[in-house]
Amino acid sequence: MKPLLFDNIDEPGLNTLAVYERRGGYNALRKALQMPPAAIVQELSDSGLRGRGGAGFRMGQKASFLPKDMFPKYLACNADESEPGTFKDREIMQKSPHMLLEGLLITTYGAGINEAFIYIRGEYQLQGDILEAAMAEATRAGYIGENILGSGHNVSVVLHRGAGAYICGEETALLDSLEGKRGNPRLKPPFPAVEGLYDRPTLINNVETLATVPTIINMGGKEYATIGTETSTGTKLVSVSGDVQRPGNYEVALGIPSRELIYGLAGGPPEGREIKMWFPGGSSSPVLTGSDADLDLAYDFDTMAKAGTMLGSGAVIVIDDSHTVLEVMRKVAKFYAHESCGKCVPCREGTNWTVKMIDRIESGEATPMDLDLMASIQTHIIGNCLCVLGDAMAMPIGSMVEKFRPELEQEIEAARERAGAALMSDVIPIGVTDPVF
Amino acid sequence: MSVTPRANVPRFAHGSRVPGWDDEVDLTKPPATVPDPAVTEVPDELRTEIEAAMAKYPDRRSAAIPALHAAQQLHGWCSPEAIAQVATVMRVTPAYLTSVASFYDMFAMAPKPKHDVYVCTNITCSLLGADELHEAFLELARIDTDLNVCSFECLGACDIGPMASVNGEYVGPLTIEDVPQIGADLRAGRTVLEHKQLRYRATADPNARGSDAQR
Repeated sequence: MKPLLFDNIDEPGLNTLAVYERRGGYNALRKALQMPPAAIVQELSDSGLRGRGGAGFRMGQKASFLPKDMFPKYLACNADESEPGTFKDREIMQKSPHMLLEGLLITTYGAGINEAFIYIRGEYQLQGDILEAAMAEATRAGYIGENILGSGHNVSVVLHRGAGAYICGEETALLDSLEGKRGNPRLKPPFPAVEGLYDRPTLINNVETLATVPTIINMGGKEYATIGTETSTGTKLVSVSGDVQRPGNYEVALGIPSRELIYGLAGGPPEGREIKMWFPGGSSSPVLTGSDADLDLAYDFDTMAKAGTMLGSGAVIVIDDSHTVLEVMRKVAKFYAHESCGKCVPCREGTNWTVKMIDRIESGEATPMDLDLMASIQTHIIGNCLCVLGDAMAMPIGSMVEKFRPELEQEIEAARERAGAALMSDVIPIGVTDPVF
Repeated sequence: MSVTPRANVPRFAHGSRVPGWDDEVDLTKPPATVPDPAVTEVPDELRTEIEAAMAKYPDRRSAAIPALHAAQQLHGWCSPEAIAQVATVMRVTPAYLTSVASFYDMFAMAPKPKHDVYVCTNITCSLLGADELHEAFLELARIDTDLNVCSFECLGACDIGPMASVNGEYVGPLTIEDVPQIGADLRAGRTVLEHKQLRYRATADPNARGSDAQR
């Protein structure tokens, strides 16, 4: 398969307008501006492109939700890439920023939007600078501004740098942050397509989703839909990291066997090591094991959902057998506890108590009953908050307790012995001060 | 049957994780209002930068984060003075800006050393030894007081893990031996560990982890 987004991505100077245009850049924008806006949305729907940020919602459908007769409308590009394990948007913005801009401009034309914002995480300083330079070049060349390429379409683009908060990648928290507030998620509905930025209809798309748009316009939506599987069309950038020999971003057609991704492209775990588990879609996705059944799963949205996990942002984190499950659990739980914005109680308390329970295991205070408690806490978080940050901790933690229970029980026993606490057979119920046997 | 006493294990201290949660406050004091431009002096370049940021958005409050970035750049941290200056230009209360600044990890609410070293300690990086790396940086920071070492959440560069962002420049994969070199580079004002900077890395480098990558 010829890469679509990553075609010769490492070509020097691809971040400049001259090289991008020499390779046929901005031709898709020219083509799009000759079409009626509704035809653009139709092409996006035909392509079957699903959002690449994590939720996998169909992009054409999302764009069609925007009311036609309300102005102003906004486009917010979500470049707050902070899902642990994900680094694909960084690569696009750093190496081919004009591809993102071109997709963004086509989308604004299709959806009848005149103001676009790119919310980039504050830590991406280099990528922000490159994007800013690309925006200046595109403005000088007449791609951004008033009456672009004589089409009568006006568009302004603003780069907004965040300041370090995972939650701002959540779409409604991103909007609050863009409005200059603390990044707290909002209650849905109303959905952003109806009431978003400054209470106006807002379309929110991930960097990779927008960067795919020029390809779809160039090749036609129906043609694009022939790549990948029937319900997961096209190619996906997959960030493979962790215990693999060749970590990096790989562009694959959706539906390839996961084994091909982990062993074939990324080189598999280091010599002499076996895969213990892997996250198929960032740290928010329930884990899969190193079993043949899991490794043979096709890497696409629906197969992952059927296997009880999700494709998410397309970040594969591989963990080999030199690490304990507890170690991974602690990292996951601590991360979400730190990043919880604190607005909803189940998430704020649930994440913190999960960390405390994991610390109890390590300090030798826990019993296997704590594993049940931990699993039950996760069920109290899921679906009970404004956004899915709490769920994003609950799902992987729940799956680790379920899939690695024997190992966790051994850990508990070993930790109790280390701490000199009573062995499991001698445990007395909490609250009993004077046991009579 | 004898019962072994429960081991004495460390527990969480009572209260919030957020520093300053138990600081004393004077509840009788009236809240600070929007500062008076006649008495609050704002450096010209800061004022220009904030006004330019405000002009970019339909609502001026959207400029809060860019304005705080600019003020922190100038003052070194989000000091009460810095907050007051931003509040003067943006015509908002200092409390509003404090609420925003305290939410985001990149804004310092207390004086900090000048060189930021964010060590990623999230899943991928910690699998590859980020916790030891963080320790080594902390060790260095004990001698070199110009280093602001923080353990940071996923910085989006797991392909070069374990990694760190040194004054915004991503470097990795790092080993413990790189730590003194980074300190020396910072002291000398040189570009940091140039051969390990992310900006020069190819997308999927077959030799990312040395020659043993051949399969």
